[in-house]
This record gives sequence, structure tokens and C-alpha cells, in this order.
Amino acid sequence: MHASVRPALSVNLPPIATSPAARETSAVLSMRMTISKVNFFYGSKQTLFDVSMGIATNKVTSLIGPSGCGKSTLLRTLNRMYEIVRGARLEGEILLDGQNILTQDVTSYRRRVGMVFQRPNPFPKSIFDNVAYGLRINGSKAPISEAVEKSLRHAALWEEVKDHLHKSAYELSGGQQQRLCIARALAVEPEVLLLDEPCSALDPISTAKIEELLVQLKDLCTIVTVTHNMQQAARISDFTAFLLTGQLIEFSPTPQLFTTPGDSRTEAYITGRFG
Amino acid sequence: MATTTTTVPSAGPVAGLRSFLFRLREGDEIARMITFLFAASVVLVTLLLVFVLWQGSVLPRHKFGFNFFHTSVWDPIFDQFGALPFIYGTLVTSAVSLFVAVPLGIGAAIFLAELAPARVSDTLEFFIDLLAAVPSVIYGVLGVFIVVPLMRSYIQPALQNTLGFLPLFKGPAYGIGFLTAGLVLAIMVIPYIISVSREVLLAVPRDQREAALSLGSTRWESTWQVVVPFARPGILGSIFLALARALGETMAVTMVIGNTPIISASLFSPGYSIAAVIANELTEATSNLHYQSLIELGLALFLLTFILNGLARLLIVATSQRGRAMGHT
Repeated sequence: MHASVRPALSVNLPPIATSPAARETSAVLSMRMTISKVNFFYGSKQTLFDVSMGIATNKVTSLIGPSGCGKSTLLRTLNRMYEIVRGARLEGEILLDGQNILTQDVTSYRRRVGMVFQRPNPFPKSIFDNVAYGLRINGSKAPISEAVEKSLRHAALWEEVKDHLHKSAYELSGGQQQRLCIARALAVEPEVLLLDEPCSALDPISTAKIEELLVQLKDLCTIVTVTHNMQQAARISDFTAFLLTGQLIEFSPTPQLFTTPGDSRTEAYITGRFG
Repeated sequence: MATTTTTVPSAGPVAGLRSFLFRLREGDEIARMITFLFAASVVLVTLLLVFVLWQGSVLPRHKFGFNFFHTSVWDPIFDQFGALPFIYGTLVTSAVSLFVAVPLGIGAAIFLAELAPARVSDTLEFFIDLLAAVPSVIYGVLGVFIVVPLMRSYIQPALQNTLGFLPLFKGPAYGIGFLTAGLVLAIMVIPYIISVSREVLLAVPRDQREAALSLGSTRWESTWQVVVPFARPGILGSIFLALARALGETMAVTMVIGNTPIISASLFSPGYSIAAVIANELTEATSNLHYQSLIELGLALFLLTFILNGLARLLIVATSQRGRAMGHT
């Protein structure tokens, strides 16, 4: 019934999108990452089934779905963070800039893919040292204080903290801490930034700030975010993937997924019938 | 409170009583009073302890005054009593034990919490808890039959040959002495440090590790630069628990320290500790002054523990000020 609301975005379609219309025009868009036929196991329990999708360069891609659908697991495959869990195993292929991420050195690979977590998790250090941490361990040659300022500006936190950079990060509010964590991740200049429900522990005002920030950060890096908040996905993302019980049900440009879902399960989820 | 009494002056106390009786019946008040008593008993016992030690040491306090704490003659025959050799022995053996136990204990805890597979970690933890529960006299026996001969024949000569230029390692190798007592103490307190530090490390939120890893840390960088600093207040706590045990340990120390009130820079020298001399001499004290001097030694040990614990608290507050890791989990 919403056929007339066909988004103007249709040129920006992901390559391995599930909707037929999407597949046709996908070649236009450059892909930062490509996930193909990923199956994921915790021990003998399989949590992702044959997931294939693309992550478009300098766009925001949202992963949505009910609890336990595998959206966080999928996110954690992208920076190989799943590897620290014993018994976790991945089959399939994930490419970053055309190279298989699974065969690269994991430590240097993770520098290229930043991550922000569900709860703000600054280190028990000063604001400055938090942002500088990644630069220091990577032996960055650039002047650290300039890089710290740059990252804090990108995270829209500089004006609030510039006069007390050496105070403990824990003296900041929850929303500020989360922006600090974003600055910390941005400091090592990742190509991709992963966010795992970054606003779920925050109040509405802090949430709005982070959402606005993510939209701005698109120019800087490619963003993948997991959220259980559909309005948030609709507001900030260019592409949305809907997962259910470990399967990618639908992956389309955001306006299309929310207005003309191609699958009845997607429609049931976004209209609030379950989840 | 003030408003209730002015508006309904007569109802105040009665209503208060009724509500008290009601709450009493409900159990809240009973629970509060009983648990308060339990909590208060801690303070009570502490005060009682100080009182008893203070009352019991009237004679030497009057006779020697403050000199008791900084003279080193301990002669029951001529009724001369000075506590310094014992205080020295207690401090030196505790220091040696921490010097050995802290790196070993924390290293083992890091392995168990961060690197070992969960099954290995849990199995080892079982043995560590077992070691922590072994009575100290057993460690004393271990000391006498294994550590002392080893020290005499191998370790002390080796130390003398390599580090003999230091005053710490001069003099004849008896086997018994400060160093041996310190080592036996170290063996005893390592399980405490491992057990508590491991728990604290395991309690560090997983996302701290992951945040470090996602920035491109190696496993060791994330452990050493993020997880360990996060757990630092708790690790310091485990060290002070170990120190408290080392300061007060009686049986194992007296079996290997040599029981001679000597102050010597050499760790090979025999010595004596406060707890050891009290245990050895209290039942055989020849005079009232001797007896009461031993009690004053007890007071000294209490004060020593009190002061070191106070310093420990200050250290924890001072080092965790910057991060306030534990206040925010």
C-alpha cells in the first residue's frame, strides 16, 4: 500500500540485498565490507545461518531484530571480537576492502574497526588518557594531544571537557561517557565503527545527541549499529537489516524496510506484533 | 517529626509507640536490632582487646615508658625488657614474605583469571583454597624439614656467592632466620593473594577488555594496561590481607626464625617476632614484669597492625582517586 512512497534513495542499494529491486541497482554503491554466507556457532549451537550482506561505505547500517536474533553476534564477527569467547566458530567469508578479515593479524585488523559498547565503558583513567590509549598502544607518531582534541571534537565532546581533560572519565555523565567512548574509538581512525546498542543505557537527551553525532560521523567512517529501537534505526540509518533467529530476513534501504517491508515477518516486527 | 508533635501533640509518643510495636511485630525492628548488635560487637571486641592489653601492661609501661619500644635488651633475669628486636623481626619477615609473594601471587592470579581455560582455573582455585586452609603448624613442619635444609645447603650459599656484597646476605648460613621465616610466610600468604586477586580480576567487566582489544591491544596489553589497573584496589586489598596474616603468624614463624632477639641487617641471622615470643614465653614468664611486658608486646603488635592497615587504606584511596574504578561498575 505504500508503493508510492518508494524512497529516493533507491540508487544506494546494498549489493546482496534481499529485495529483488535492490539487487538490480546495487552495483552503484561502493562496499566497505562484504559478508558472505556466514554461519556462526557457539560450541554446537548455531546462532547465525547463511548471512550475506554488504556494508556500504560512509553510510549507517542498522541491524534490528528481537532479543537473541543474532544481531550482536553478527556485529561481533565484523571485528572478530567473538574470538575471545571459547568455543566460538565462524564459517563463511567477511571482506574489508576486498580482503578476507579472517586471515589477517587480528590485533592490527581490530585497529581498522572501532567498537562502542552497550554501556559506556571508559577506562579508569583521565578523559585525556582514555582517548590517547589507542594512539599510545599503536605507537602513533602524530602529536597525541592534537589527535585527542580532534577525536573529542568529532565526538562533539570537546567543548564540554576541554577545561578538565585530566579529570577522571567517571566524573562525566552517562551520555558524555558514551561520547568519550566514541572519541576513544575514533582516535585510531578506524575505517568502520561498530556500535552495539550504544544508547540503550542513556536518557532521551543523550540518546538524541548520539544519534545526531552518528549521522555526522558518516563522512568520517562507515557505521554499523545494532539497535532494538526501531525508531532509532529509522532515524539514523541508510540501510537496515532485520534478523530473526539467526537469519537475515530482510535487508533494504531504511525507508523501504519501514514503509514497504518485503517480508511478512519484517512487517509483523516493525508494526510491533512481536519482539 | 516536629510537625507531628505540634499539630497533634498528644498523639505523638503514643502513635510512635504503636508504630514501633507494629514494626516490632512485623520483624523489621527485631532484625534491625539484632543485626545492629552483631555489627556493634565488632567495635566492642576491638575496644575490649585494647582495654585488656592496656590494663595488662601497667608495670612495664610505668617502668620503661616509651623506651620499651626502642630498646633492644630482653633479659628476664635482670628484668630488662625492650621490644625493638621483636618489632624488627616481625616487620622484616613480613616484608620478605610480601617481596616474594606479591609478584608470584599476582602473576598466578593473572594467569588464572585471564589466560587459563576456565576448567584449569577452577581446578587450580580448588587447590589454592585448600592451601589457604592448611593450618600454619603444617607450614612450620614444611619449613623445618624442607625449607631450612634447602636454605642452609643451597640457597643461602648461592645468595652469598652472588649478592654477598650486600649487608642483607652476609654472615653464616644457619638455615633458620629472617629469610627462611619470610619465605615460609610467603608460601603461606600466596594462596590469599592468588585467591582474592583472581576473584577481583574476574569481576572486571568484560567490556573493559573488549574496549582495549577493539582499539588494537594485544591480549597482554589489555590485561596489563586495562584489566589490572581496573582491579587495582581489590588487588591491593589482597596484599593487605596477606600482610595482616604475615604480621600475626605465630607457629610457622617460631619454628624457623631461630627465636633469638637479635637485630641484624643480615637476613641470614636468626631473629624473633612479636607473635613468636608471646607464644613461647607467656606460659613460663618468671616475673610479673616479664608477663606484663609480653602483654605490652601484644599491644605493640596490635598498634603495628592498626597503623599498617590505616596506611593501606590511605594507599588504596590515594591510588584509586584518579580512576575510581570500584565505585563505578
